[in-house]
Amino acid sequence: MISFDLLVAICLVYVVFLFGVAFWAERRAARGRGGWLRSPMIYTLSLSVYCTAWTFYGAVGYAARSGLEFVTIYLGPTLVFIGWWWTLRKLVRIGRTQRITSIADLISSRYGKSNTLGVIVTLIAVVGTTPYIALQLQSVTLSFAVFAPGGVGPWLASDLNSASLTVAVGLALFTVLFGTRNLDANERHHGVVTAIAVEAVVKLVALLAVGIFVVWGIAGGAAAALARIDASALAGMPIQPGRWAGLTFLAAAAILTLPRMFQVLVVENEDERHLATASWAFPAYLFLMSLFVVPIAVIGLDEMPPGANPDLFVLTVPLAHGHDGLATLAFLGGFSSATSMVIVAAIALSTMVSNHIVMPLFLNLSRHGATMSGDVRKLVLRSRRLSIAGVLLLGYLYYRLTGGSEALAAIGLIAFAGVAQVLPALLGAILWRGATRKGAIAGLLAGFFVWAYTLFLPSFGEGAIMGATLLAEGPGGIGWLRPQALFGLDGMDPLVHAVVFSIFANVLAFVTVSLFDFPSPMERLQGAQFVNVFDHSSAGQGWSQGRAEAEDLLLMTQRILGAEDAQRLFQRAAAGQGRQGYLPEITPEFLQQLERVLAGSVGAATAHAMVGQIVGRSSVSVEDLMAVADETAQMMEYSSQLEAKSEELARTARQLREANEKLTELSVQKDAFLSQISHELRTPMTSIRAFSEILMEGADLSPQELGKYARIIHEESLRLTRLLDDLLDLSVLENGQVTLNLQPVDLHDLIERALAATARLQGGHALRITRDPAAERVQIVTDGDRLSQVFINLISNAQKYCDASAPELRISVRSTAEGVAVDFTDNGSGIPQKSQAIIFEKFARLSDPRSAGGAGLGLAICREIMLRLGGSIVYRDGRPGAAFRLTLPREMAAAA
Amino acid sequence: MARAPAFPDPEGYRRRRLMDLARLLPLLGLCLFLLPVLDADDGLGAGLLIYLFAAWFGLIATAALLARRLCAASAPAPDPAKPGAEAGGQEGAE
Repeated sequence: MISFDLLVAICLVYVVFLFGVAFWAERRAARGRGGWLRSPMIYTLSLSVYCTAWTFYGAVGYAARSGLEFVTIYLGPTLVFIGWWWTLRKLVRIGRTQRITSIADLISSRYGKSNTLGVIVTLIAVVGTTPYIALQLQSVTLSFAVFAPGGVGPWLASDLNSASLTVAVGLALFTVLFGTRNLDANERHHGVVTAIAVEAVVKLVALLAVGIFVVWGIAGGAAAALARIDASALAGMPIQPGRWAGLTFLAAAAILTLPRMFQVLVVENEDERHLATASWAFPAYLFLMSLFVVPIAVIGLDEMPPGANPDLFVLTVPLAHGHDGLATLAFLGGFSSATSMVIVAAIALSTMVSNHIVMPLFLNLSRHGATMSGDVRKLVLRSRRLSIAGVLLLGYLYYRLTGGSEALAAIGLIAFAGVAQVLPALLGAILWRGATRKGAIAGLLAGFFVWAYTLFLPSFGEGAIMGATLLAEGPGGIGWLRPQALFGLDGMDPLVHAVVFSIFANVLAFVTVSLFDFPSPMERLQGAQFVNVFDHSSAGQGWSQGRAEAEDLLLMTQRILGAEDAQRLFQRAAAGQGRQGYLPEITPEFLQQLERVLAGSVGAATAHAMVGQIVGRSSVSVEDLMAVADETAQMMEYSSQLEAKSEELARTARQLREANEKLTELSVQKDAFLSQISHELRTPMTSIRAFSEILMEGADLSPQELGKYARIIHEESLRLTRLLDDLLDLSVLENGQVTLNLQPVDLHDLIERALAATARLQGGHALRITRDPAAERVQIVTDGDRLSQVFINLISNAQKYCDASAPELRISVRSTAEGVAVDFTDNGSGIPQKSQAIIFEKFARLSDPRSAGGAGLGLAICREIMLRLGGSIVYRDGRPGAAFRLTLPREMAAAA
Repeated sequence: MARAPAFPDPEGYRRRRLMDLARLLPLLGLCLFLLPVLDADDGLGAGLLIYLFAAWFGLIATAALLARRLCAASAPAPDPAKPGAEAGGQEGAE
């Protein structure tokens, strides 16, 4: 037999080799050269952590005791994997898009980031996994004991204990070294996964080698082996239908809910397409693992002395035939199974414990903690390491407490049933949008409680935790509450009984509470994101090379900062890393710096989401989105304020410009007015001066001449007076200093008055007036004197300027909705189009001033009066003669 | 959401039937694996052992072919899955 020392040496070399593999894989991954390390085969092999030492050694023992039943442990996962299109695909997609770090994280973030759920799932996982870790320690220790030096007899308990402690410490060291090297956002551990893949190959090869040796080496061929099976004690061992179906279900549930399986299946997944390969390759692995179990069990039962532990046939059968090498290989296989399970379970559990228990506690205790990211990183790593040590310590203590009893061997299935309680909440999380947080909590607690009551606590044996009377008669003598025969169902296998009742209670509570609960907005958002994950995400290929990432980061940064700034930033970063002229390495420091710079432009949450999108390949979580929306809202607010301000500025500038134009115009008008007025004053003054000079000098003037000259002087001074009167009137009107004398007036009377006043002035032309007296009978409230002034002006204009041979003026009054319209239309040639624009201006005279005798202020005054009266005067184009329309309100507003 | 055409091209039709097969395969497996229960009293024997492993192997081989075909078929399309058909118990929309 191989010496124990040599075995220990081989074992140490193997461990060192594993360390080396893990280290090398980490280095490769860190350099961004994943290559075949990221292949679907490595992924499939890493899934083999499902096959622990319990299955490596225990399957043969199980077969020796219960026949074919062991195979259900592999059939359940097979069904789940070939049915990957149903659940696994979705689970992996959700895990990738939501940056899920553990099963507790998945459940908690689906149900509205509820940390209560995270804690519950973590506790269930710890309770379910600790015995399992103890089981691994036991199997490694027992397998060491098989090789114990024959001279000194079987190992004492102290030897076993020290061996298991050594193993536990070694495993803790390995896990801390490779499981918490870095705090990667996506929680992938290339080193660990690669080492586990190597171990998977070792255990498969070991079991196959032992199987081949047994079938062809001992039994003498496949046909002979089958014949021996038929002839063995196992032949005809009946299948228990309840256990068969129940265990298949349990194993199927376990592959989804075991924390270590979730870790390798979802968290460590690199590429969704790997799952397609694993969908058949992993069942194939399980197939090969169980192919030789029955032959080994049968041969072991035949060949080994009665009373030999069937759990160790894999080791003892080759040893009994003197095949030390084969036995050593088998030992390494078992050692691999145990260590890989413990390492992955410890990583998964420590992530959960640290994220859902330690960190929330710490952050609650020290409120100031989360401000500096560097601090938190260190803190998280430390809490992970402590959690790993704690998990392994728990396993070791459990092992010491139960002392390698038979109870420990049965604990595997009990643990399966415990973690299976997460299944309803998990399936509800990804398939049912109506599942709520309270429903999940109710289901988990109900299922966990029933499981503990019917299976876990009784498993410690009578009198350990539950008394014999409690087990036999139920609590307080209530028979239908007996832990292992709820509702009097005592004909069932205890395990099936517990599974049926715990899952039933779980689903019932989960569905009922969910149906009557109303989820929070966060839950509904997350629910939609999880259940409809295929709507919200694409399988899009990620970046396999760091180089591509740097380029994409640069492109994105250019879009935000502009090309020059972005390139300067990247060049500086590259120079800082000693890589002048190249793109910088994507180090966490660089990403942090980049995020900070980008945050200055787009806000911290947006920057984080953008960088995460490119580097992490993960989608943006709801919280991120909310933060982004917040920032965007702030920015929009700010920019809308800016916009309002700039609009106001533009308006003010326009007003200023308009005012300036008006001022310029006014200045021009004033100049024109001054020159006009001086001209207007000058003309009569010149003639007055000339004639008065004639009168002063000429004593020899005839009385007719005297009279004539005096009349001219008189007329001219009258003209001056009229001009000055008009100017005064206009200035009063324009300055708004006029006082209006409002009273009810009759339009007919006003027109009569105006006509009477103009009849006196009538010169040579006889103007015929056409009127409709009936329509003129309109009462309005206005200033009658001012209005008749306008009428007079218009009528006298018609007298002066109407050039028809038989001049005629039509005055028509029309009532409109707004008030009254009075039209003055003559039958002359009208006003040419080009002059229409200026007729209301001051001193606008179209014909020779002499002939008209006015100063050109009439229409300007009319316009001012109409404005004061709240109406208007317009020239109506397109009529045969000159046509003016006055519009007046019926009742002038008092304010005017 | 744009609805898929009622009568997709033959390629799309084939892909959907592949997905159907992917969904049905575990049910077939379940039936095959539960079959021994019907004759539970016969118990373990070479015949049962051979049946079980043969059925298992057949499932694995079918799954392997299916995975390969599915990957090849879905590689060009962004995502062939229609979430509505994904899960029976799921709500359409809230």
